[in-house]
Amino acid sequence: MKKRLFLPLAFFVVLAAVLGVGLSLNPREVSSPFIGRPAPAFSLPQLQDPALRLGAGELKGQVWMLNVWASWCAPCREEHPLLVSLAREQAVPIIGLNYKDDPRNAQEWLLRLGDPYKVCVIDRDGRAGIDYGVYGVPETFVIDRAGIVRFKHVGPLTQEVWTREVQPLLQQLRG
Amino acid sequence: MVRALLLAMALTAGAAQAAGPAGDVAADTVLEARVQQLAAELRCLVCQNQSLADSHADLAVQLKGQVREQLRAGRSEQQVIDYMTQRYGDFVLYRPPLKARTVLLWGGPALLLLLGAGSLAWGLRARPRAADLTDAESSRAAALLEP
Repeated sequence: MKKRLFLPLAFFVVLAAVLGVGLSLNPREVSSPFIGRPAPAFSLPQLQDPALRLGAGELKGQVWMLNVWASWCAPCREEHPLLVSLAREQAVPIIGLNYKDDPRNAQEWLLRLGDPYKVCVIDRDGRAGIDYGVYGVPETFVIDRAGIVRFKHVGPLTQEVWTREVQPLLQQLRG
Repeated sequence: MVRALLLAMALTAGAAQAAGPAGDVAADTVLEARVQQLAAELRCLVCQNQSLADSHADLAVQLKGQVREQLRAGRSEQQVIDYMTQRYGDFVLYRPPLKARTVLLWGGPALLLLLGAGSLAWGLRARPRAADLTDAESSRAAALLEP
């Protein structure tokens, strides 16, 4: 009889544990269906010289990072200094995807805040963004030598995410 | 008369242009209904508790445009859903598919119902019945109930 008294308590503990785990999950982190799949192809005009184009295929053979950004996006400003310092250290070639932006605003932003991109391409209507499943700028992808997406981060890239997740991954992919 | 006719033609030209050849208006409403129906099944990624049909977020409007464009091009509902899940994963579907990962989600309610029914049956069986009263107890109960 005594044992039955503890049943509600046990039930409560289990329920609290399950709900606790649920609360700590971030609903914004939608697992990307792209991880382990080939990066979608694109061929887009370059920001610095729209007469030139860049295709995703041209980047095969190297590990690179795709950073989706826009000058109207406030969190992009947050991560920008980190990108600039990564570019200075030549940590990884960063390709920019300027998402639904006015190219003039984008150019001005890079002039003012520094240009971390090896090449930045213009995705004026956001089609390439949709192909990459972008739903919240900034987003960052790591793509390996074979052109397979290995990592995706939604929201501003932080020093913590970089050292904890991206750096070890890059080492592994290059190793 | 000619003027009125011209005016009527001018007025209808706009509508006809939007819908292609006249007579396609009906087809267009059918298409629009399909777009709405499908968009109600898809989640807006920006405001996650709204469907594409309800949302006015920039991306939702654009994706709704994609749905319309693809349905108009003759693609089936399933093809459009595949297009969306390829990019945004199963999360984009309001009706998650039955997979190994989602077995608990689909089977959970039935499991809970079984557990509840089981514990109820168990509890009822363990409960002492009125017939289990001793003779002395039944006569005392009868005395208490007497007016």
